[in-house]
Amino acid sequence: MKLPPFQSLLDAHSGEIYRFLVATAGPVEADDCFQETWISAMRAYPRVRSSQNLRAWLFRIAKNKAIDAHRARGRRAVPVADVPETAAAPAAPGGFDIDEPELWAAVRELPPKQRAAVYCRSVLGIPYDELAELLECSRDAARRSVHEGLKRLREERTQ
Amino acid sequence: MNEIEEMLRRDASRLPAEVPVALHESLAERAAKEGLLDVAYAELDSPIGPLAVAGTTRGLVRLSYAPAEEIAEELAVKLSPRVIRSPAKLDDVRRELDEYFEGKRTEFDVPVDWSLSRGFFRRVLERTARIRYGQVGTYAQVAKEAGSPRAVRAAGNALNANPVPIVVPCHRILRTGGDLGGYGGGVDRKEFLLKLEGVIGV
Repeated sequence: MKLPPFQSLLDAHSGEIYRFLVATAGPVEADDCFQETWISAMRAYPRVRSSQNLRAWLFRIAKNKAIDAHRARGRRAVPVADVPETAAAPAAPGGFDIDEPELWAAVRELPPKQRAAVYCRSVLGIPYDELAELLECSRDAARRSVHEGLKRLREERTQ
Repeated sequence: MNEIEEMLRRDASRLPAEVPVALHESLAERAAKEGLLDVAYAELDSPIGPLAVAGTTRGLVRLSYAPAEEIAEELAVKLSPRVIRSPAKLDDVRRELDEYFEGKRTEFDVPVDWSLSRGFFRRVLERTARIRYGQVGTYAQVAKEAGSPRAVRAAGNALNANPVPIVVPCHRILRTGGDLGGYGGGVDRKEFLLKLEGVIGV
């Protein structure tokens, strides 16, 4: 068994993992999720089988960190008396690019699994068997997640 | 459905192209804090070409004239796959080497992690480490001091396999009679180092 230096995973995948997190967890949460993803990966790395698909493994960790962040944010949310009709954009911290495509906001309204499914399939073109590994489900379920996600996004657009 | 996918792909091109540099640095920092950074490596400049250096929590474990990626591969196999590029973790090594090449340092204070050397090889290298700046020894001498006076050739092999040249000064070992002998990084580098230390004339 021979694993490549962890740095080679960072070199090959840190960019796409970061973009995935910006798109699915949001620009505010992305930095934390990114660090959590790589720390978890590094902790588990010596036990990984070298035959394993390392890219799918990394995306699976990232997807789970995005879900964790989503839940944590839900817990932190302060209840308000009047919920506005449309969700207000999160306050932008200093220096953050507000000029973000609306579509990501819509993607982030999807259930976390569909978010990851849509992004990995439609943007990255990840094949379905890899996607199933990444989403920890069957191929058919992965296909359904992509389909459902895209359907919702389309309905959103045509409303 | 295709229309939405096209829009997603178009919007994806506006996502950040690069991971912010600060994020990489804080990642290495946090990994070190959590005891996950087994090997940190970096590439340094020197008058004798780029040097790859690598450290563990115990000290400098590897210095090489080979490309940094090559030693990262080597250490992933020999020590741990948790190998990360982190110039900040090797700041002390860089500073000391800079001072050495400027002629301002005659001894290294960074600790050496000996874990890549064993047995006779290690004993040869430990003896070699005691030879001071500006002094030289011979292959026969270190072989004898390492406990095997007849293993002169093996002592040469040990020095050739020195995982931390310069800092463990294998360049200070010459043939009996004063001939320069060989050097893992090429004899030109050995000559440069001996001139720097004033052992041979410029």
